[in-house]
Amino acid sequence: MIRIMRLGQVRHAAPAAASGGDFGGRVFYAVLLAAALLVPLLNLAVPESSALHLSTYTVTLLGKYMSYALLAIAVDLVWGYCGILTLGHTAFFALGGYAMGMYMMRQIGSRGVYGDPLLPDFMVFLNWKALPWYWHGFDSFAFALPMILLAPGLLALAFGWFAFRSRVTGVYLSIITQALTYALMLAFFRNEMGFGGNNGLTDFKDLLGFDLHRDSTRVGLFLVSAGALGLGYAACRHIAASRFGRVVQAIRDAESRTRFIGYRVENYKLWLFVFSAVLAGIAGALYVPQVGIINPGEFAPINSIEVVIWVAVGGRNTLYGAVLGAVLVNFAKTWLTAALPEVWLYALGALFVVVTVFLPQGIVGFLRQRLGAGS
Amino acid sequence: MNQASVRATTGRLQQPYRRLLRRRGSALRADDLDASHGTILYLEDITVSFDGFKALNALTLYVDAGELRCIIGPNGAGKTTMMDVITGKTRPDHGSAWFGQTIDLLALDEPEIAQSGIGRKFQRPTVFENHSVFENLELAMAGDRSPWKLLAAKLSGEQRDSIEQTLQLVGLKDRSGARAGSLSHGQKQWLEIGMLLMQRPRLLLVDEPVAGMTPQETERTAELLLSLAGERSVIVVEHDMDFVRSIARTVTVLHEGSVLAEGTIDQVQNDPRVVEVYLGE
Amino acid sequence: MLLVLLALCLLWMSTARADDAAPLPVDFPGLVAALPQADFAAKQAIVTRMTELHVPQARVLLAAWLDNRLESRRSDGKVFVVEEHDGTLVLVDPFDGKGAGEGAADDFERVRSNNALRKLLKVSIAQFDLKDPDPRVRAAAVRQMRRDLDEDTVTALRAALTQEKDGRAQHEIRVALAVSDLGAGDAAVRLAAVRALDGETAADVYNALKPLAQDSGTESDASMRAAAIGAVRHIEVWRNFYEALETLFFGLSLGSVLVLAAIGLAITFGVMGVINMAHGELMMLGAYTAYVMQQLMPHHVGAALLLSVPAAFLVSGLAGVAIERTVVRYLYGRPLETLLATFGLSLIMQQLVRSVFSPLNRSVATPEWMSGLWQVNDLFSLTWNRVYILVFSLVVFLLLVLILNRTPLGLKVRAVAQNRGMARAMGVRTERVDALTFGLGSGIAGVAGVALSQLTNVGPNLGQSYIVDSFMVVVFGGVGNLWGTLISGMGLGVVNKLLEPYAGAVIAKILVLVFLIMFIQRRPRGLFPQKGRAAEGT
Repeated sequence: MIRIMRLGQVRHAAPAAASGGDFGGRVFYAVLLAAALLVPLLNLAVPESSALHLSTYTVTLLGKYMSYALLAIAVDLVWGYCGILTLGHTAFFALGGYAMGMYMMRQIGSRGVYGDPLLPDFMVFLNWKALPWYWHGFDSFAFALPMILLAPGLLALAFGWFAFRSRVTGVYLSIITQALTYALMLAFFRNEMGFGGNNGLTDFKDLLGFDLHRDSTRVGLFLVSAGALGLGYAACRHIAASRFGRVVQAIRDAESRTRFIGYRVENYKLWLFVFSAVLAGIAGALYVPQVGIINPGEFAPINSIEVVIWVAVGGRNTLYGAVLGAVLVNFAKTWLTAALPEVWLYALGALFVVVTVFLPQGIVGFLRQRLGAGS
Repeated sequence: MNQASVRATTGRLQQPYRRLLRRRGSALRADDLDASHGTILYLEDITVSFDGFKALNALTLYVDAGELRCIIGPNGAGKTTMMDVITGKTRPDHGSAWFGQTIDLLALDEPEIAQSGIGRKFQRPTVFENHSVFENLELAMAGDRSPWKLLAAKLSGEQRDSIEQTLQLVGLKDRSGARAGSLSHGQKQWLEIGMLLMQRPRLLLVDEPVAGMTPQETERTAELLLSLAGERSVIVVEHDMDFVRSIARTVTVLHEGSVLAEGTIDQVQNDPRVVEVYLGE
Repeated sequence: MLLVLLALCLLWMSTARADDAAPLPVDFPGLVAALPQADFAAKQAIVTRMTELHVPQARVLLAAWLDNRLESRRSDGKVFVVEEHDGTLVLVDPFDGKGAGEGAADDFERVRSNNALRKLLKVSIAQFDLKDPDPRVRAAAVRQMRRDLDEDTVTALRAALTQEKDGRAQHEIRVALAVSDLGAGDAAVRLAAVRALDGETAADVYNALKPLAQDSGTESDASMRAAAIGAVRHIEVWRNFYEALETLFFGLSLGSVLVLAAIGLAITFGVMGVINMAHGELMMLGAYTAYVMQQLMPHHVGAALLLSVPAAFLVSGLAGVAIERTVVRYLYGRPLETLLATFGLSLIMQQLVRSVFSPLNRSVATPEWMSGLWQVNDLFSLTWNRVYILVFSLVVFLLLVLILNRTPLGLKVRAVAQNRGMARAMGVRTERVDALTFGLGSGIAGVAGVALSQLTNVGPNLGQSYIVDSFMVVVFGGVGNLWGTLISGMGLGVVNKLLEPYAGAVIAKILVLVFLIMFIQRRPRGLFPQKGRAAEGT
């Protein structure tokens, strides 16, 4: 009992690890680089008959993990570093995904089932006569790209502006972020919203002229996702190591104290929250072309909570821990849902309990404790 | 500890402080503070009630520039609530609070008040436990507080020096890289005082600074507070009457949310009303 | 041999009768015997004849027919009133009303009816009822007849009016006659009819008056139209009033569900500060308890439901205690971690239920006394199950308030909530109190689940749909304030239902969520915040 209580004490990463001596970060970069080199090689250059060949399915799966990992570091940035437990981050993920989906939907053009040059299939099916105003412009990637950043960014800005100014914190904030994504889910399920309702957006053909069904496009998407993850990680690392990052962590540990030494806490939180939402949006935009569909299910509150558990499993407040957690949990999910589907939810549920009660600092924290004890 | 010995040690300590504190601050320094009339804080007719209970009842209090004021009073007299009002944590139902001639404290929120030059040390030491001692001081350092600026902020040599000096001053130089959470209680109190100094406030609010300190630490704290006064104004809330006696020039007694008595320590201690509040009932 | 001959003979007789449109039998047994072979036209004649005969048994038979509970035995063509139980039919003899054993459903053929026939059946039954000794039955019969007035029924009603002594029944007959008079040739008669109907509220009266009140309607006489417009307007005023009342009731009904779901949380979250994301699943356990109880007592649906209230309290309460002892107690003071851990538990519980009961929804039967409508008047009716659940939620709420304010446990719970350290110093065993409080909140979730089982299907996802809502209710009402939870639950339910006609169900829900998000940002402590220095925090 006493032992558990002590393990349960929340102790965040030592300051030394946050600023310099970032061993985990170097491992992360090395693994990412190795993957970026090996994956295309093993898929495109090694013949399919070889045992070393990496199937395109696996490449896409890895690419999906990359986008999940990016989402996870976005969540770690606000939760691990600033203590904002967001239970609605997949809302931003999904919005980025929808923006990308809308672009790819418009790219289908007259190749859809109904062959309408302007309207996506589901609109023809719903007997709509004209393209809704908010679908205009999405035929051009130059328009869609800023939308991928703006849609989640603006939502986060509006939401955060209200929430942080009125000092909603802790559990209350968690619950209203959950309500936010829940409300969006309900809204996107409606056909009248013009985002394909229940079925969402799917049947994509190509992206920027690259055929989505070709192996080389899949490898390309993987590389872009890995690149985005690397850049996202570097950006978050820079933020965390700056004085801004130290202020943010001070807010996490003693919010009112930070105010009393003159920091406008709400501005810091808002800045961080919006940045994190944009990262999540980018992750969503990379996710959608790889899985080939985006539907309102992505907004489900359970998804957001799952992301939080990835971060918790890996070890929050480290960034690379979030990446590790995202990849590990999703690998387990892929494997278990195929091999023992009924066990998956037990395993996930148990993971929540075990990690929060016994491993509050996640795998990274556990390893650190072990290594620290060893040396 | 007697008055004379305090004076002697103060003299020794004063030099480095002065140098540290006199350095021109950055743009954020409260330049619009106007204490030209000799009074730095005006609290007039302040009333705060919680659920019908009046924590402050038409409190009126003035603090002079450069003064060291001790505030005493029994539990529930409204001492902490008064601090909360000054620092913007609690909004009074009624009354006015001005910092100098020009700054209306009731129109500002906590960060703005802090930036205008009021620093506060809490009853329980609150430092950023997961940051190093150095980082704690760095965070408290006066300067630009906008998020964009701090993303790219680098410590200048001058700033580093000033942090080093403060470390020296509060006796934590060899703990500079340690997690603040690993410090002893007394060290945390000192770190917090150091943070207060880094803010370069014109008015310091210090809530029970010597609670939980050893006699030696208490002595040093007394020296420090005395050395600070003059350059800036200090309000100390304290229960420890010996400590109050060792530093006080003017003492204000609060009772049931308003001022009961004000004067030198001897005047106050001989006031029959004060005696009744403390000893009566 | 003889039997076969007899059957053939019967067969011949019946076909011959049908073919030649032979005269109807004159007595009730004969009419009954003719039923199985009759075509729809002949059946209509039989019904009319039975009505004329006015044999008391005929009413029972006609009513059973209307309910599709009239069957003829294939072997001998004998007609029975039946009650079906799992493929076997319990037979009742139509002549003496006594039991006539049982039979397999396959051996019987239903006596069929069509729409025209069903209409006739209703009117016929009404005519029986017109002569019923109970004046309420007679009044109801008149209302039934009013829907389909023709010369014959009007004549019957006029005749009945002369006999009728009961004021209410007389009134119903006059209304029916006035409705019929609306079509009279004489303008004065029509005007009198409209005047007589002014103040009536029934839907059929409204439908009869409405065409007269329209500009392009059937009524040419201006004064008549004015009178009709007045009468219609009166009805509309009442209609709007009752519609508003109905919306209010639906709102309160939704609110009662929200309150039931939220008050357990108000304990665990509001009093203990524990975020229990498995709260919805504890409700689900309660609903499944109701299901299991009904499986154990298949013939006592109502008793099983009543018993499942304490049973669900125990099941969910014990589950809650187990959760508190194994997980939550390690996480006090860390609300965000509690949230994640209990969410994990909710996943496990959902999957457990899927493994044990299958992922499919189960339905819990509604006892007789809880089903059907409570017809308050012409324009206003309430469904009994919602009425009961509304009352039930209030009872549960009041019990909880009593427990917290009037029992030693409640005293300890409040003491621990306000100052854990002090309570411990006073000798309160805080660990025990924690477990019991959590168990109490969880048990109430279970009880709420039983109530929910009467409104929706019981499935593994039952709880999930309520978790966001119930947290919102607690936060909106003000954490730690039970009365706030009651008012906020009821208020949100009503607002939701008020919005629905204008915005649709989904948009209404979204609007309420957005409103709550905005509200919490304005007033994070909810509608009825706890005040004072303790609540301000330090």
